[in-house]
Order: sequence, then structure tokens, then C-alpha cells
Amino acid sequence: MPATQETKKDPVIVVLQLTGGNDYVNTAIPYNNPLYRDNRKAVGIPDDQIMHLDSQYGIPPYMAPLKQFWDDKKLAILHGVGWKESPRSHFRAMDIWHTCEPVKVGTEGWLGRVAREFDPKKENVVTTVSFGPSLPRALAVPGVPVACVGGPLENYGFLPTIQGNQRKQILERFAAMYKPAIGAGAVMDYMADTGIDSLKGEDILKVAPQRYSSTVQYPSTSIARKLKGIAQVHFADLGTRIFYCDHSTFDTHAGQNAAGSPGSHPVLWKAVTEGIDAFMKDLREHDHADNVILLMFSEFGRRVRDNGSGTDHGAGGVAFVLGDKVKGGHYGEMPSLEASKLVQGDLDPNMDFRSVYSTILDKWLKLNPAPIVNGTFEQPAFLN
Amino acid sequence: MAYQDDIALMAHLMRRAGFGAGRDELEARVAKGYEATVEELLHPEAQPAVDEYTLMRYQPAALLPGGQPPMGNVNWMYHLVNTKRPLEEKMALFWHHVFATGNSKVDNYDQLLTQIKLFRDKGMGNYRDLLLNVAKNPTMIFWLDNQQNHGNAVNENWGRELLELFSLGAGNYTETDVRECSRAFTGWTFATKIPRAPYGRFPWQFEYRPEDHDDGEKVFLGHKGNFNGEDIIDIVVQQPACGKFICRHLYNFFVADESQVPAWPIEPPRDQKAIDTLVGAFRDSKFDMRSILRVLFNSDFFKNARFQHMKSPAEVVVSTLRLVGGHELPAPGIGNLSMQPTYMGQDMLNPPSVEGWHTGKEWINSGSLMARVNFVAEKVGDTSLPGVRAIIDRLKARGTLAPEQLVDGCLDQIGPIEIGADTKQELVAQAKEWGQVAWDSEAHAEIADQRAAEMLQLIVATREYQFG
Repeated sequence: MPATQETKKDPVIVVLQLTGGNDYVNTAIPYNNPLYRDNRKAVGIPDDQIMHLDSQYGIPPYMAPLKQFWDDKKLAILHGVGWKESPRSHFRAMDIWHTCEPVKVGTEGWLGRVAREFDPKKENVVTTVSFGPSLPRALAVPGVPVACVGGPLENYGFLPTIQGNQRKQILERFAAMYKPAIGAGAVMDYMADTGIDSLKGEDILKVAPQRYSSTVQYPSTSIARKLKGIAQVHFADLGTRIFYCDHSTFDTHAGQNAAGSPGSHPVLWKAVTEGIDAFMKDLREHDHADNVILLMFSEFGRRVRDNGSGTDHGAGGVAFVLGDKVKGGHYGEMPSLEASKLVQGDLDPNMDFRSVYSTILDKWLKLNPAPIVNGTFEQPAFLN
Repeated sequence: MAYQDDIALMAHLMRRAGFGAGRDELEARVAKGYEATVEELLHPEAQPAVDEYTLMRYQPAALLPGGQPPMGNVNWMYHLVNTKRPLEEKMALFWHHVFATGNSKVDNYDQLLTQIKLFRDKGMGNYRDLLLNVAKNPTMIFWLDNQQNHGNAVNENWGRELLELFSLGAGNYTETDVRECSRAFTGWTFATKIPRAPYGRFPWQFEYRPEDHDDGEKVFLGHKGNFNGEDIIDIVVQQPACGKFICRHLYNFFVADESQVPAWPIEPPRDQKAIDTLVGAFRDSKFDMRSILRVLFNSDFFKNARFQHMKSPAEVVVSTLRLVGGHELPAPGIGNLSMQPTYMGQDMLNPPSVEGWHTGKEWINSGSLMARVNFVAEKVGDTSLPGVRAIIDRLKARGTLAPEQLVDGCLDQIGPIEIGADTKQELVAQAKEWGQVAWDSEAHAEIADQRAAEMLQLIVATREYQFG
């Protein structure tokens, strides 16, 4: 490995959202705790299959690619993440992760605020790039542009079915129609800004796949495609600081470990970890890994006792931060599995999710976390 | 010009009271007359219901979609695209916006579709009866936790939202009223659900448990008595605030974009007289939605509100599919089509909270704008689709088209829609680059088809086209 140097490249955050409520207890398995076996009669991972990380925790075999990152101390595991009285509702819980507003309905995404800090004058419309068809609330702040790449990066842009000689002309016409005009009204002006930003974004982003060349083979899964797109944009040095993508659905109420079933926990995590493995190989091959960290989180963990085939919505969950500059290891500790210590049958969160954000904001992105996460929170020390 | 005005007005009516209409349909309806068309829309029972057998034959999973998207969305999208009762279906969508219930918690598309059916069947009837049906709807009870509302342990979720979001609006009741209202609805629950394992989902049934009901005296909005849920509803609908709130919702959905609902206690309606007119109809008809809608669609304030409404993702997708045609069968690919409103920011049957969706300008963001433009452009640019073909054939019938005529013709046939002078200038400039367009030879026809399709795509990409 090349000698570590202080990087002058701007720090970049990649968020990989595990949508649906990832099962913490089967992800960071407390294999020596008899309560694990007691509570997981149906979905417990057999002892001989668990890959030990250390004397207390293991990971299931279908997350094997993460083992190397753990051994190299590049993987931080954040235990018991959540907040007090968290709702067991997907939308509400995810909204809270996105807006840092557990009580009211928040209107600004935390990463939207970060983008606004990085680029208040909107000088770079691809400061934030999201891979997925809908705009995640975490990135949404009025007036802050986000490039939402819904399909393949090569096809990103307006009117993708118009190609060839016509395309340039039609897009110029589009831009001309979207010029803000005096007296058109606030909504028309807002749409003008939004449209022009997206057009600019397309122009900027299209060089990324063109410039890309790599020996790394990504698996043919949707999450790997998104990660590859992220790598392509990152290598093109377009100034993107925030990347967002998600994989779903981790809402494994039934058939959690059903062999071969596309929605099962094993299949989901195999796709995610193999995708991450290829992604990190790609970053390292291009000497573009040292200014990137990857955050994985889910809106909540799942119930300690399984329901006979899967697990239901819970509370405290697990988050991961991965990267060459991450201080690997356990942070926090798994909340107790004892029945008397559970909250409605769920793990009692003991690390506020805003703590995780705060470390990333303060130590990595070099921003004051308090106004972004709406408060001051203890920072687990997974970054220097 | 008068005929052209009639066509434009009818297009406006059909966009709002339904999901738009192609030129053939517009001409037929103009021949029938505006008021007669309003009457027809108000009497959906005279038109055949959607053919559900065809849906079941090709997409049997859409009958009982259970917990899985997109089959719930597929079921509703099929109805939306095929209905011959556009206002009935539009009212179901309206009530879904108001009585917003989401699958993220309900986890049961069967139940949500039952709720939509309730809105379809009773949405144009009596509002008081509808409200009572909603109070007894097990999907709603579960959504707002009323099964946890007990005589000895009151849960205020349903009681509060009934007043705040479903009838009076914030600021028109006190916290004590919320409590007393909730007490009156204790015992309004559902029969113990059959466990999901091993046989799957069974329909939920409303159950009233008198032993769980708080039989004490309640003081609610100045009235005193041993009120049960029905009594609360009877008091609520008599409040002036109720008519104002519901009619403002109708105005926002059917006439012109208002501010967001949370701002309503502070910001007055943009057209107070229009609201007053509707409230009069609400009161005089004793809460008959059909009567109120009749007044609404026949009013000047409605007729003059063209393009004052930002189309919701549901309207963008459904009106496009109905316009271009060829999507009547639930063919492979309907799953993806049914999820398009989700990608544009409106996950049908799954609003983000009981407050529903933020409408108007808030439908637009950097993700959704591109999704809307690209979806519609892809469809109208496909000349193999019957509705697109029909538009092009009508253009062809006009003979050789000079650049301005191509632009005017496309604007007319796709709507007719209105655009600003600056936008029009750009479209004409583009058409001038192409020169005249004619179908007088095979070679010319191929180019003419392409130019027409490109012009249609440019038009649906405009900002103006986002309004309906």
C-alpha cells in the first residue's frame, strides 16, 4: 500500500441507505449470548456458519466481503443506533433520519444543509448526486440542486429518447424555454431554476462514464450498478461531495432467510457487500479512496424475538462506516437482549443517530454539526 | 372562435373532473353541451364500471396484493386508466388525499384498496355518511390507533386527526374537544385479526365494543351529552368551520392551488367568494358532495381557473396514459408504470403521513421535474401509440404545415394548452429550423411524423405543461 499522505482532495461522503429496517441482531451477531439463540429459533444463523469478528460478535456468511475490511480496521460498527421513542413506521422513522427532527415534521434534509454549506452560491450543480429514481428527503432543501440519476448514468438527462444530431439542438431549445422571464411568477421561476440546474448537471455528468476505465468487474445487481455510477462520477473529479444511494427492501417480516428468495436477508446483503467490495477495489485502483467514506444505515433495527419466519419492526439498529481513513472497530455496545431491558420487545437505542452524523460532519466534512443535526451530540470516535 | 373556446373549456373540465380527454372525446362532449357533460360526470352510475375480470385474468396478484408493492398500485392504476367514470375515480383520489392512509404502517394493500373502493362508492354522496363510514373503516382505525382507544385509557390519535385533518381544520377546536371527541370514539375497534401465519391476510372487520366505551357525559364544542361517535360527527358537520375546510380542500384540488394546509389557519383563501359559494352549497344541500360539485364545475371561478393547478404525479401519469392510449390492458410493464407516480414523488396508497402530500409547487424538485418531463415525453414521442397516431393524423389532415401551424396544431391537439409568449417563440423558432412539414410523399411523411413527435415532446417538456 502506498505511504499515507495528508490528502488535499475534498472529503466525500457516500451514503448507502438500507431501506426497510435492517435486522441488526442478525447482522452484528452476539453469537456467545444465549439470548440470541433463545430469541431466534426460526431465523438464527447456525453457529457453524457465523464468521467471527472477535470473541463477541460475528457476521453472517452472506456478508463475507466485509470481513477483510474489519480485519484491516477499515470498518466501524456503530451499535444500538436510534433515538428514544422511535416510531416503528418506515416512513416516519426514515424521515427522522433524513431531517433530524424526531418530533415535528422536518422540512430540510441534513445532507441538503451540508450541500448548502459547501456551495451556497450554487456554483456546482453536481455537488450532490443521488442514484435512484426519487429524490431522498435527506438531500432536499429548497433551492439546493441535486442530480437524481434514476437509470443508467449514460442516459441521465432530459428527453433521453432524443439522441443523435437532434439532441443538442433540442436541449438548447429546452434551455431557452426555461429562461426565467420577468412577470412569469414565482412558481415558473422556481421551475426555471430547477430545470436549468438539471440541464447543467447533465452536461457535467455525461463526461463521467466516457472517461471511465477500470479492470474491476462489478456484479450485475442494482446496488452494484449504483456504486459503479458513483465511482465513475467520483473519478471524473467533478467536485461532487455527496453521493446517495439505497438498496431495498430489508423489511424481512417473513422468509427472512428463505434460500434463494430475492427479498431475503442473505440475498440483499450478498448484493450489498459484493457491490461494496468491487467499489472499494475500484476506488483504490484509481487512487481515489483516501477521501471517501461510506455510511450504511437503516431506519430501525428489528424485534429481538423472531415471528416464526422473519422479524418485525424494532428500534435500536446498527450502522456501519467504512473507508481507508476510518478507525475500524466497535463503537457503543449492543443494547441488552434481556426481556426486562427491551422497549416493546425491541432493543433500547443507546446511541443517538445524530451522534453518528455529528462525527462525520465534524471530523470528516469539517462542518459545525449542531445547526445541521439540530443539536449537540456525543461523537463516537471512528474518524480522526 | 366560439367553437374553439368550447373545446378549450371542455378540455379544462375533463382535466379537472377527470384525467383529460383526447380530441374525439372532446368534440363529442362539446356536441352534448357543457352542463349536460357536468351532469353525466356527476352520475357515474350510468356508465359501466371498470372491467375487473380482465385485470384478474392478466394480473391475478392484483386482486389481493397483500404487502407487496407494486400490485396494489397496479390495481388502482388499472382502474384509473380504464374508468369510464372519471369524476368518480377523481373523487376517490381526492378523498385519498384528505383521508390519507399509508401502507408503510398498514402493511396491507388489500385493506387500502377496500378504502379506495369506499371512496369510489361513497365519495360523491353525503359527506356526513362518508365520515361515519371512515370512522368505522378498520383500515383507518388501525392507521390512527383507535383500536387502542379504550374507555379506561384514551388514545387521541383518531379523535385529533378527525378534527384537524378530516373536518374542521386546526384552530377550530380546543385540546379539551380533542379529548372529549376521543372519549366518544372509545370502543370503535376491529374484530381480533386472524393471525397472518400460516394462511395469509384476512379482511379486517369493524367491531363496536360497548364494554370498552366511555359512557360518561362529554362536553364537545359547547354541546353536552353522553356522546358516541355518530353524535360527534353530527355536531362536527354542523360547524361553519367544517364546510369552510372541506370546501377549501375541494377548491385546492379542483380549482386552483392554495397554500399548504398547515398554513390555512393563518393564510386566507385566494378567492374567499368562491369558497363562500361552495360553503353555501355544502350547507344548503346538507353535505351532498354531488350538489357541491355541480355548483363548482358550473361556476365562473372554475371556468376561469385554467392552468392554475400544478398536476399531481397521479394526474401526470394517468392523463398521459389515457391520452396516448395503448395501455388499457394490464400488460407486462404495468408494474413499472404503476410506480411512476412514486418516482415523481407520490407513492399512491402510501402517503408519507396522515397529512397527505404537499401539493402545488411542492410537487416539483430537481428529481421529480426530470421524471415528469421524461415520462410524458417518452410516451408522446412514441408514434406507434394509438393516441399519438390520432394526434398526428389530425395534423396530417390539415395538409402542409408552415412552422407556426405545426406549433399551433400540436398545442391544440395535445390539449388544447396555453403557453407563454416567450415559450411559444422558442417553439416556433425550432419549427422554423425544420421548415414546413408535409405528408405528401412517403419520405416526407416519415420526417413529418418525426417532427410532429419532437414538437410534442418539446411541448410536454415546457414548464407550462406541468400545470393542468
